[in-house]
Amino acid sequence: MIAYLIRRILYAIPILIGVNLLTFSLFFVVNTADDMARMQLGMKRVTPEAIEKWKQQHGYDKPLLFNAHAEGVRKISDTIFFQKSARMFAFDFGSSNDGRNVAREIQTRMMPSLAIALPTFLIGLLIYITFALLMTLFRATALDMLGVSLCVLLMSISGLFYIIGGQFVASKLWHWVPISGYASGMDSIKFVLLPVLIGVMGSIGASSRWYRTIFLEEIGKDYVRTARAKGLSELRVLFRHVLKNAMIPILTGVVVVIPLLFMGSLLTESFFGIPGLGSYTIDAINAQDFGVVRAMVFLGSVLYIAGLVLTDISYTIVDPRVRLQ
Amino acid sequence: MPVILWTDAMIYLLLATVVAAALWIRKRPHLALPWQRVAKSSVGMVSLLLLSLFVLVGLIDTMHYRVALPEKSNGQTVYSVEVLSVFDAFAQGIKSRTEKTYSAPLAAYLYAKESMETLEGKIRRDYPRLRYGGAHLADPQRELLGDVLKRTGIGALEGLLIGVLLIVVSNMLFHFFVKLRAVWSSTGLEISKDNWISTFTRAMKNKPLRALLITALLIAMLLGITVNLAAVYHVLGTDKVGQDVLYLALKSIRTGLVIGTVTTLVMLPFALLFGIAAGYLRGWVDDAIQYLYTVLSSIPSVLLIAAAVLMMQVYIEMHPEWFETSAARADLRLLFLCLILGVTSWTGLCRLLRGETLKLRELEYIQAAQAFGVSSSRILTRHIVPNVMHIVLIAVVMDFSSLVLAEAVLSYVGVGVDPSTMSFGTLINSARLEMGREPMVWWTLAAAFGFMLVLVLAANLFADAVRDAFDPRLNRA
Amino acid sequence: MKSDSSLNQLSSLTSSPSEIERGEFILNVDGLVTCLNNGARIVDDISFRIKQGETFALLGESGCGKSMTALSLMRLLPDGIRVASGDIKLEEEDILALPEYAMRKIRGGQMAMIFQEPGLSLNPVMTVGDQIAEVLTLHQPMRSKEVHLRCIELLEQVGISDAPRRASEYPFQLSGGMKQRVMIAMAMAGQPKLLIADEPTTALDVTIQAQVLKLLRDTQQKTGMALLLITHDLGVVAQMAHQVGVMYAGQIIEQASRDQLFARPAHPYTQKLFAALPDAGRSGQPLAAIPGNVPPLGAPRIACRFAPRCDKAWALCHEQVPEWTQLENGQGVRCHLYTSQKGSEKLNLETSRFFDSSTANGVGEEGKGAALLQVENLQVHFPIRKGILQRTVGHVKAVDGVSINIPEGRTLALVGESGCGKTTVGKALLQLITPTAGSVRFAGYELMGMSAKQLRKHRAGMQMIFQDPYASLNPKMRVAEILQEGMDALSIAKNSDERQRRIDELLEQVGLEKASKWRYPHEFSGGQRQRIAIARVLAVNPNLLICDEPTSALDVSVQAQILNLLKSLQQQLKLSYLFISHNLAVVEYLAHEVYVMYLGRIVERGTVQEVLHAPRHPYTQALLSAVPRIDGQGMKIIRLPGETPSPSHPPQGCHFHTRCAQAMAECREVYPSETIISATHRVHCYLAAK
Repeated sequence: MIAYLIRRILYAIPILIGVNLLTFSLFFVVNTADDMARMQLGMKRVTPEAIEKWKQQHGYDKPLLFNAHAEGVRKISDTIFFQKSARMFAFDFGSSNDGRNVAREIQTRMMPSLAIALPTFLIGLLIYITFALLMTLFRATALDMLGVSLCVLLMSISGLFYIIGGQFVASKLWHWVPISGYASGMDSIKFVLLPVLIGVMGSIGASSRWYRTIFLEEIGKDYVRTARAKGLSELRVLFRHVLKNAMIPILTGVVVVIPLLFMGSLLTESFFGIPGLGSYTIDAINAQDFGVVRAMVFLGSVLYIAGLVLTDISYTIVDPRVRLQ
Repeated sequence: MPVILWTDAMIYLLLATVVAAALWIRKRPHLALPWQRVAKSSVGMVSLLLLSLFVLVGLIDTMHYRVALPEKSNGQTVYSVEVLSVFDAFAQGIKSRTEKTYSAPLAAYLYAKESMETLEGKIRRDYPRLRYGGAHLADPQRELLGDVLKRTGIGALEGLLIGVLLIVVSNMLFHFFVKLRAVWSSTGLEISKDNWISTFTRAMKNKPLRALLITALLIAMLLGITVNLAAVYHVLGTDKVGQDVLYLALKSIRTGLVIGTVTTLVMLPFALLFGIAAGYLRGWVDDAIQYLYTVLSSIPSVLLIAAAVLMMQVYIEMHPEWFETSAARADLRLLFLCLILGVTSWTGLCRLLRGETLKLRELEYIQAAQAFGVSSSRILTRHIVPNVMHIVLIAVVMDFSSLVLAEAVLSYVGVGVDPSTMSFGTLINSARLEMGREPMVWWTLAAAFGFMLVLVLAANLFADAVRDAFDPRLNRA
Repeated sequence: MKSDSSLNQLSSLTSSPSEIERGEFILNVDGLVTCLNNGARIVDDISFRIKQGETFALLGESGCGKSMTALSLMRLLPDGIRVASGDIKLEEEDILALPEYAMRKIRGGQMAMIFQEPGLSLNPVMTVGDQIAEVLTLHQPMRSKEVHLRCIELLEQVGISDAPRRASEYPFQLSGGMKQRVMIAMAMAGQPKLLIADEPTTALDVTIQAQVLKLLRDTQQKTGMALLLITHDLGVVAQMAHQVGVMYAGQIIEQASRDQLFARPAHPYTQKLFAALPDAGRSGQPLAAIPGNVPPLGAPRIACRFAPRCDKAWALCHEQVPEWTQLENGQGVRCHLYTSQKGSEKLNLETSRFFDSSTANGVGEEGKGAALLQVENLQVHFPIRKGILQRTVGHVKAVDGVSINIPEGRTLALVGESGCGKTTVGKALLQLITPTAGSVRFAGYELMGMSAKQLRKHRAGMQMIFQDPYASLNPKMRVAEILQEGMDALSIAKNSDERQRRIDELLEQVGLEKASKWRYPHEFSGGQRQRIAIARVLAVNPNLLICDEPTSALDVSVQAQILNLLKSLQQQLKLSYLFISHNLAVVEYLAHEVYVMYLGRIVERGTVQEVLHAPRHPYTQALLSAVPRIDGQGMKIIRLPGETPSPSHPPQGCHFHTRCAQAMAECREVYPSETIISATHRVHCYLAAK
């Protein structure tokens, strides 16, 4: 089992290299540094000198992969690829266009992101599974039909609607909570409440339906019939047998996203003015700050791969077949 | 001058594919069987009717042209730089009646107060009358409600009448064709006793047909009302620069459809080819393809799309010489967005297909073919592809709605369609900034969300009907 | 299966099942009707009674409603199926009238059930002990300390060694036979008065089946519970049942004591079922196959349901539903033969005709053709990869040095239990799996090491018929396209006219209508599909057919049709067969020579007579004795302990010594070499060498 995990972790290395190469080619091969500089400085009336200056300032004045003019190791290291892409492996993300250290920025912005994403994730999971279990319990009845129809309706509504509508109703109409903003410590609760609620609402339809499908799949299996033949009540069958087995497919989809919670949510954070990584990313996109976007892409894939490894570990907890083989 | 934009070409291609597939399926009973199951689902058929209305609007909006300008230069006709569609011609009325700025649905006055000179020559701040909305009324404050109600009633009645007429005509046509076929196949004796009314009553015993009929009549009434009101009012109000929101919403449909369908068209070849190649050939091909899609899916999709769109944006900005018209540029950007969405979303389907192919390749009919020495390419095309098509179809219809929803989010984030392209995302984005106003400018948002909800809900329900009909696990008996 | 034990001797049944004190009726089922929600009756007016300590067998082919009857008793019917009417009484308890919470006390308490697939019927993420404990805490007031002890006690009672350790293991760590034992332990935990066993051994190998059946009998003897045994296997019925109900299309069509039924089956269907069973006694003549197929569940009930397939049916049978008739000896039957005047006339004519099957000699003409296929030391090894770098740490020796010779026009049977590598041999011969080593000479050409292109030239000669007729035909292709595929790939017919003619000819040859070529596989039943699969391979004019369990997925009555077809094709076309099977009765009927395989190696080979009637290897002997026979007697039962070891770690020395009662010291050290018994009979065993 340990060998299995080590193998999974080792497999992450070529993946990360692939991600790195992909982003590198996306950012530096499709467009040259000159193009980027011209974009930043405004399209019209840019002097070549201004472009050179910008490139120098931001460290783009180097060859892509191989520096023939440099000495020794610097032939490799004094290149855009090494400076901008390879150094990300050491979580050195350089600085953004406005000169701030991206790594530090990420560190400070992680907490607010997590303050929204984590409760959303946990409360959501609890609600979706409960809802799905209820539908499963009343399967093939009018109640189940109603639940599924509701799910389809809810998942057909745009996520933007939940945010805009929620903000309007809760903040503007009823004045429950402030419309946006953030504070640290205990004060954060009043800011966090609405985003979390909306985040949970946003995927209640799709998720509950998905879990219901998983439960229904499990409930049709032979061991469930055995459990009923023992004389167990339907609730105990559901909780002791079905839920335990359904954890395996559920974990597959759920554990992967846990590390990604650090990244926050783009929409929620920007609507509610929360200084997390999500709004950071959006701001960077709008300001066309490539350095930050590149850093976020890399960070995202690192976290995703961490999620994959975590998923493997979680299997060993719930599935004895993985644990003992 | 007709103009075929890139996405137009894609839509025509898609249309041709669908028509060809339909003809192909019609002759093959085992392929038609699941579709017959779809036809038996009331929900499926009603949602299909709604969807086809959207598609109709989208298709009309796809036929683009440029108007020839009256003056000629050097004997050559000069065309306007504005690319119009047939839909624009249809909707000329509501398109051209622009107001100054916001106005509420069915309003006769502008949203914002203006300084006006009264007859007495005093300056007064008040809501001015609209240039077009309710312009025919002498005293809107008294007459507006009555007029709206009257037009609603007339519109509903007209719509209902036209709807009934259409149904009667189509029923008679259908009856006529059935008879014609019966005569041709020389078994006409039994059917010839029927008249078209009995054909109709028999059809009404069919539950989906009944549901379809009721929906069609309701839609006809709604259309009648809308047409009647839109002639003199802004049914869904106007936006900041006074454009009719109904027009904008209808124009957005095409964008949504393009994103929902062209994206899958783009990703399908990748997913299908890579998925079954990895599953069937195994070995290093499998390793390489798995590596590829793990890399692609390990980047959070919004970020990958954002990065790719940013790069594309720079690229397009750097090459303004490529585009004759701004529409062509916006269109290429839309196409690129579809491409990028396709490239980032093929991994899921690819993984599904790989798994299914792994299962299929162990099946005995594949081994029987191998025992005959049938070549791999032939096994793939004759045995594997037909047996994974149901997965592809289910994935395509399920993806459609999520892509339509994704467009709105991406446009909001700033990595969606060109700001000049009308889409649900740009509509929401522009309206969102006016949320803070008192009184609220709610109609643009409501229109965008409403249209999107109907489209996505119909797509979701149809997708469910298709999945239920095609899923082998649900149709074992 | 001894050739001299014909059915005439059925009256002298003596052996198992044991005669224990049978008491009062425990279960009373009266007029049970179970319906689909659309009203189709899948269990149609069934009545039977079971006494304490008695085994009642419900016998029937797939889809006849026997499992649904069992689930109706437990009130565990799937969604969409419900009991429409009838009366079920367990002692004094009216099962159908009980509220759900009271029913839960009955389930697992008074009435327990075990299922067909032990692998799927246990919760994979719960330990075995926990699953048994669940029943204990539910039905008996016990403290947790007691519960654990009782669990271990129960596991020991069902013959699981090292019970304390096993109790804390998960189902995937147990073998199939052990899982079924656990299921039985779980069922016994509630001390039920009635145990329902739904095909409890169908998924198991014969040697394991024998163990589990014995366990059920012993348990019954100890506890005096009643047993409702649901099975399709006449052999199992013969071994286990006191009373038998024969089901057909949702109804019990005959009910009798086991002795009565085996001595004198009354219903034409039951008679046919016996006649359709292959054995050596009939290998000279075709089997009495029942034409047609089992009707679908819930077919309308206007006439006798068996009438369309019955050769004794007359007008009345197609018009009127036969009533339940009690014969003088207590036997009950649902057939017009016993109710009407015309019937009894027909009956007098018929009775003398049953059981007159002559004891023809087993094997056909002895004329041996030239060798068509010569296999020398065939090996198929699959690497086992482990560790971080996935290095190959060993090999699963699925096939480990098999040599086979098949002459023209003969049938060679490859016999063994699941996992012994027999299917791998078949696929390796066709080069569907690349063999690791050895030589495969077919019609004089060495196939090993040939390129795919060269191989194609020889493909036509050797073809395969697969086990599962539902998986062996592409559902998206018409029958004509399926038949054409091989012809196209191997360029058999020149033009499309010729191809179409050939397709018509083939369909006729396998007994299908010409019109069926425009249809798709899903429109055909299992037996018809297998016919299409046979036509598909015949299309390329092969000399050798590798038949991989071609009838194991089929019902007995349909199996006979396919066996007859294979036999007649062999005579017409001078085909050779490599017949891979675990079913010794089928092998005995069809084969000329038999090779017995154990853990990748041939342990014994010879003619049918030699191997099946004078086996020398202890494994062959045990295999033969484990097959439940319908005559209930046969040879002394040799029970094999344990189960087949994994082929990745075959035991040192003779692979079989771990399960062999006669194993000696030398068996544990070196694999025995071949001992020649006769010109055709060879065996790998030290016992035979002495």
